[in-house]
Amino acid sequence: MTEGATPDLVVDLLGGDMRALARTITRIENRSGDYRDLVSALYPHTGSASVVGITGSPGAGKSTLVDELVAHYRENDETVGVIAVDPSSPYTGGAVLGDRIRMGSAVGDHGVFVRSMSARGHLGGLSTATVDAVKAFDAFGMDRVVIETVGAGQNEVDVVRTADTVVVLVQPGSGDDVQMLKAGILEIGDVFVVNKADLDGAERTAADLEEMLELRGSEERTRVGHHGAVEVGSVADDGETEDESDAWSPPVLQTVATTGDGIAGLATTLDGHRAHLERTGERESRARTRAAAEVRTLLRQDTADLVETELRRRGGIDEVAARVAERETDPYTVADELLGPLRDYLAEVND
Amino acid sequence: MSADHEPAGGERERPIRCLVAKVGLDGHDRGAHVISRAFRDAGFEVIYSGLHRAPEDIVQAAVQEDVDVVGLSILSGAHNTLIPKVIEGLAEYDALSDTLVVVGGIVPDDDAKQLKEAGVAEVFGPGTPMEETIQFIRENVADRK
Repeated sequence: MTEGATPDLVVDLLGGDMRALARTITRIENRSGDYRDLVSALYPHTGSASVVGITGSPGAGKSTLVDELVAHYRENDETVGVIAVDPSSPYTGGAVLGDRIRMGSAVGDHGVFVRSMSARGHLGGLSTATVDAVKAFDAFGMDRVVIETVGAGQNEVDVVRTADTVVVLVQPGSGDDVQMLKAGILEIGDVFVVNKADLDGAERTAADLEEMLELRGSEERTRVGHHGAVEVGSVADDGETEDESDAWSPPVLQTVATTGDGIAGLATTLDGHRAHLERTGERESRARTRAAAEVRTLLRQDTADLVETELRRRGGIDEVAARVAERETDPYTVADELLGPLRDYLAEVND
Repeated sequence: MSADHEPAGGERERPIRCLVAKVGLDGHDRGAHVISRAFRDAGFEVIYSGLHRAPEDIVQAAVQEDVDVVGLSILSGAHNTLIPKVIEGLAEYDALSDTLVVVGGIVPDDDAKQLKEAGVAEVFGPGTPMEETIQFIRENVADRK
C-alpha cells in the first residue's frame, strides 16, 4: 500500500468495508505512517455514536457483560463496535488478548466489530489510540461503541474516561474491590454494576457501594458540580435543592451476565444517563473537556518529539548529560539553548 | 514525530499480531494454550479464539483484529475440510495475501502437502520445538505498514 492509497482507505471505511476499518484501527494503534491524515479525514464523520466504557477488576465478568450488552443492542438492530483492552507484559511486550473468547454473540454477525488492543506499554498513548479507534468506529457508522478495560491503573482510567458513560463492574464479596474503588475509580463511575448477583454477598456489596457513593455524593455537593462541570442552575449558596434534582446520582445495579439477568435494565440506565447528559448540556461540556485534553496531549507529544529530534541533533541525551555531569554546563543552560531558537522564532512570527 | 523514523514497509515497530484459533469440534486446547503463552513470551500479541470455532468465525476474527498470523490448532482430523474454508474466507476478504496461515496439530504428511498447496504456509506436527515455530513466523510474516 502506498501513500496515495490513504484516502481510499477512508473512502472504503465510510463505505462500510470491514477490512478498511480493521486496517485503519491498526494504523491508529501503531501510530504508523499516515494515521494522522486518516483520523483527520474521519473526524467530520464522527460524533453520533454513543460510547460506553466498562471497567472492573479481572474476573468481574466484563467480557461476558459486554457480550450480553452487545446481544441486547443487536436485538434492537443497532450496530456495535467493541474495543477490548488488555494489559501487555512489561517484559516482552507480548500479550494474550482473551476477551474475544467470551464474546460469542459477535460471531457471524457483521453488525458487531470486536477489536482487541494491548496496552503495549506506551504510557498514556493507549488512551490516545483508543480515542482515535472510537472515531474510526463512529465514522464507520456504529451506533454504539463499547470500550472494555481492566480497571487497574491510571492508564486504564484514562481510557474509560474517553467514554460518555462509564460503568464500573464489581463482583460480590469483593470487599477489597470496593476498597480499591476508593482509590479513584469511584469518582469516574456513572453507573455501578454488581455482577454475578446470584452469588452470596451481592446485596452486601451493593449496599457497601451505595454507602460509598452516598459519601461521594455529599462530598461532591460541597464542591463544584459532577465531573467538574458546573451544573445548570446551581447556585453557590442555596443551590442544594437545585443540584439535587439535576445532578446524576450513580445507580447501583445488579446483573448476572452469564444468564443475561439485569442486562435490559442496564441498557435502559445507560440510555438514561445519556439522556441526562444531553438534557443538562453535560454531554457537550464533557466533549469539550475531552477535546481539550486531546489537543493538549497531542501538543505535548509533538513538542516532546520535536525536542527529542533537536536533542539528537546535538549528540543525544547521553552526550548532553555527560557535559552537565562534568559541570561543563548546567541543565537550565541546556534547556535554554535547545528551546531558545524556537522561542525566538515564535516571538518573531507573532510580532 | 515518531512516525518519521519508521522506514516505509521496513523494520516493524508493532508487535506481531497472531490469532490462535481452535477450529471445529475438537476440544483439546492444551496445545493452543501452551503456544499462546510461548507467543506472548516471544513478544507477540496473541488473540485466542476459544474452543469450537467455525471457519467463518475465525475469518471474521482474523479480519477484524487485522492479524499478521492465523495459527490454527486442529487435532480432530477434520483439517482437510475446515482449513480450506478458512483460507477461502480470508481470500474473500482479500486478506490472504498478507496473512500468514500456519497449522499445528496432527496432520499426515500427504494432507500437509495438500494444505500447503491450498495456501497454508507451514504445518507443525507434534514435538516441534516452540522456538522453531516462533522463528518461522518471524521470518515469514508479511511486511505491511
